[in-house]
Amino acid sequence: MDYETLKLVWWLLVGVLLVGFAIMDGHDMGMGVLLPFVGRNDLERRALINTVAPHWDGNQVWFITAGGAIFAAWPLVYATAFSGFYWAMMAALWALFFRPVGFDYRSKIQNPTWRSTWDWGLFIGGAVPPIIFGVAFGNLLQGVPFHFNDLMMSTYTGSFWALLNPFALLAGVVSLAMITTQGANYLMMRTEGDLYRRVRGASLIFAALTLVSFALAGVWVAQGIDGYVITSAVDANALPDPLAKTVEVSTGAWMHNYTQYAWAMWVPIVAFAALAASILFSRLHQAGAAFWSSSIANAGIIGTAGVSMFPFIMPSSTDPRSSLTVYDAVSSHLTLGLMLGATVIFMPLIIFYTSWAYKVMWGKVTTEYIAANDKSVY
Amino acid sequence: MLTEELVDLSRLQFAVTALYHFLFVPLTLGLAFILVIMELTYVITDRPIYKDMVRFWGKLFGINFALGVTTGITMEFQFGTNWAYYSHYVGDIFGAPLAIEGLMAFFLESTFIGLFFFGWDRLNKWQHFMVTVLMAVGSNLSALWILIANGWMQDPIGAEFSFVTMRMEMTDFWAIVFNPTAQAKFVHTVSAGYVTASLFVLGISSYYLLKGRDLDFARRSFRIAAGFGFASALSVIVLGDESGYTVSESQQAKMAAIEAMWETEPAPAAFTVFALPNEAAQRNDYELQIPYVLGLIGTRSLTETLPGIKEIKARNRERIENGIQAVVALEKLRKNHGDELARAQFEASKADLGFGLLLKKYTVDVSQATPAMIQQAVDDTIPRVAPLFWSFRLMVALGFLFLVLFSFALFYSVKGNFIEKKWLLRWALWFIPMPWIAAELGWVVAEYGRQPWTIYGVLPTHISVSNLTPGNLYGSLAGFVGFYTALLIVEMYLMTKYARQGPASLGTGKYHGEKATGGALPAGAAADKI
Repeated sequence: MDYETLKLVWWLLVGVLLVGFAIMDGHDMGMGVLLPFVGRNDLERRALINTVAPHWDGNQVWFITAGGAIFAAWPLVYATAFSGFYWAMMAALWALFFRPVGFDYRSKIQNPTWRSTWDWGLFIGGAVPPIIFGVAFGNLLQGVPFHFNDLMMSTYTGSFWALLNPFALLAGVVSLAMITTQGANYLMMRTEGDLYRRVRGASLIFAALTLVSFALAGVWVAQGIDGYVITSAVDANALPDPLAKTVEVSTGAWMHNYTQYAWAMWVPIVAFAALAASILFSRLHQAGAAFWSSSIANAGIIGTAGVSMFPFIMPSSTDPRSSLTVYDAVSSHLTLGLMLGATVIFMPLIIFYTSWAYKVMWGKVTTEYIAANDKSVY
Repeated sequence: MLTEELVDLSRLQFAVTALYHFLFVPLTLGLAFILVIMELTYVITDRPIYKDMVRFWGKLFGINFALGVTTGITMEFQFGTNWAYYSHYVGDIFGAPLAIEGLMAFFLESTFIGLFFFGWDRLNKWQHFMVTVLMAVGSNLSALWILIANGWMQDPIGAEFSFVTMRMEMTDFWAIVFNPTAQAKFVHTVSAGYVTASLFVLGISSYYLLKGRDLDFARRSFRIAAGFGFASALSVIVLGDESGYTVSESQQAKMAAIEAMWETEPAPAAFTVFALPNEAAQRNDYELQIPYVLGLIGTRSLTETLPGIKEIKARNRERIENGIQAVVALEKLRKNHGDELARAQFEASKADLGFGLLLKKYTVDVSQATPAMIQQAVDDTIPRVAPLFWSFRLMVALGFLFLVLFSFALFYSVKGNFIEKKWLLRWALWFIPMPWIAAELGWVVAEYGRQPWTIYGVLPTHISVSNLTPGNLYGSLAGFVGFYTALLIVEMYLMTKYARQGPASLGTGKYHGEKATGGALPAGAAADKI
């Protein structure tokens, strides 16, 4: 496969991994967000937790693998974004600390304070990372203040607080609402009675919130945000060298791809349609269909961000030519090809055994079941 | 500006988080296979006590595993957050095994650990056994891939520098996978994990035997741990020797520092058992040596010599001087890719590019480096001797003590009278922490011994870091220390609580402390009920 094709394939694959993360880890993070509010007593909370107990760890690997794949496929993005967003990354990381120990340690001690502390820990572990990832996307869309020197050492000149600008916070809301919807739709499939009633309510509210905030962000991007355009000739097969290009900033540039490629409009349209479908199916008590709808919505929302910015991944607001794109922030031809091979071999296997694991554990998790299996469940 | 303070803090944070992560890894690696052995015995014999063993040791496995996962995420983030230039410079090679680790190993391990804990009632016993096997295979495969990545840091083969992309690029994936350094590290590291887990099971079983409780359960656990531990302790030493051989091939400076060998000695070199290394005077104030042994370990011959520190420094001085040419030519090339003269100069000297970059610690413009700076860079190429010398010796001594302990444990297991050997049971109990100490010392030797490089001979540590401020690092370091201390307290508390409670924590009603009340609710388990 030629280098240009591989570069484009990896843009798609990173997208697939992020969508996989939003669908899979998203539903157990969404559970964490809802946990303290939907579960009114210890048994109810344990029922919620045990819907994801056998799966959260495998789901989290979508996140880990997305990180590893970005390192392997886009080393400059991994290096520049992770070090530039230093405090944001630390906050996400520390929030994630609460999940493994929250899940595994919470029910090992009976003390109510202990348990409710970990419930809030699971809330933090579920809510903070999606907010931060949303805020990060919001900043990528606006461009980030960094530049490279001649030896390609990056310097980030912004502050942590500058990341928390209004548009980025709106993106954070989109992300949190979308993940919470995903969690609520999953819980609808695995709970019954009061819990089911409450998570269905949450599903309706958060799907609507996702829809509105996503629409708002779209208008904002079209009207008020500067996009970026490569103004030099692009040799997509060239060795990656970000500093070899010239880039201009222009308002509304993030809309270019939609005017240039008619099919691109389908990505946000699918996102809106899928969110509407999620609301519809929740109303109709079709939990499974609602879950698939919100999963598709995740793909549409993440895809919209990607398509709007293409070929940019991380534009630089202070030194536009340092911007990172799918053509010049990537690994070598050999590494991209090799990683594609590994993905083609392992991804179907992963999907196969993950599906099997869900099939084995499938069914409603009830408070009666928790009480009867006190020693062996979370 | 990359200050020394920033670099030291970045190194400290990495060391703290990596050593902390490795408190949990070895037990996972080894206990997973011990669970496989116990469960295999269960599916063959169909005796419920073996199922109880899997479930009880599995509980402790889970408590440990949770923190392994927690602290593992840090490692995945940290290359990007704190070692940005490193990530750019070698991501083309280093990122691949990490991503494959996720795809091949983490998914497997993490998906099946869920079924391991929650699938007992939903899977038949063979299916559950397969789940346990896949979990164990997954966790050990993850060790394989991360050690392939680490092996490449120690011995960077199968890659080449490109001045256009300003980074190392992969040229031969299979050379990186089958790198002898990586393979030796992998088998040595997983064996160390098996020793750790064996001693953990052996020690806790000894505790029950000393207390005279859960005898049947403890006796069977003890036997399995003794057998597995003996084989592992043997292999950790043999494969450690293999590691020593690959180090002497690829990292002579590390070898010389470990051995406090200042001068090149006539072959075969003597092994120094004890010494007081004097860094300033470049000699040992006192030493006790066994003739020939080091030469045999390091070269596996009687005639090859191992270079001493002074000789290595002299060679490195030449490489640094040549490296200056490489850096100067590279900087010209970066400004103008078509500069043919600079290109020719660079091609002639690029093998020493990394050595030239060592001077970046002292001056931005390497061509202006003074003789004093060059001398400092030369001195930097040898890691500090005393910490390596002693870490290595302590690790090796512990390794041999494990072998002795497991030899006794196995011997008396076969004879069947180990319950009477109180001294052995006490030794096993009090020795539980020792494999961790040995493993951490092993990492100190491997990584501290790699200094001043992150990628040996290619990329100096000093320029590998992210361009942050020391303030950033003080803040994040404080955060890690705070979180990790709290988590360790919680983990140790739970581990001790469940280990003390023993198999009664399963709530089967069959074990120590459970029959006391005679009611439906066993006393030992009461504290655990909702």
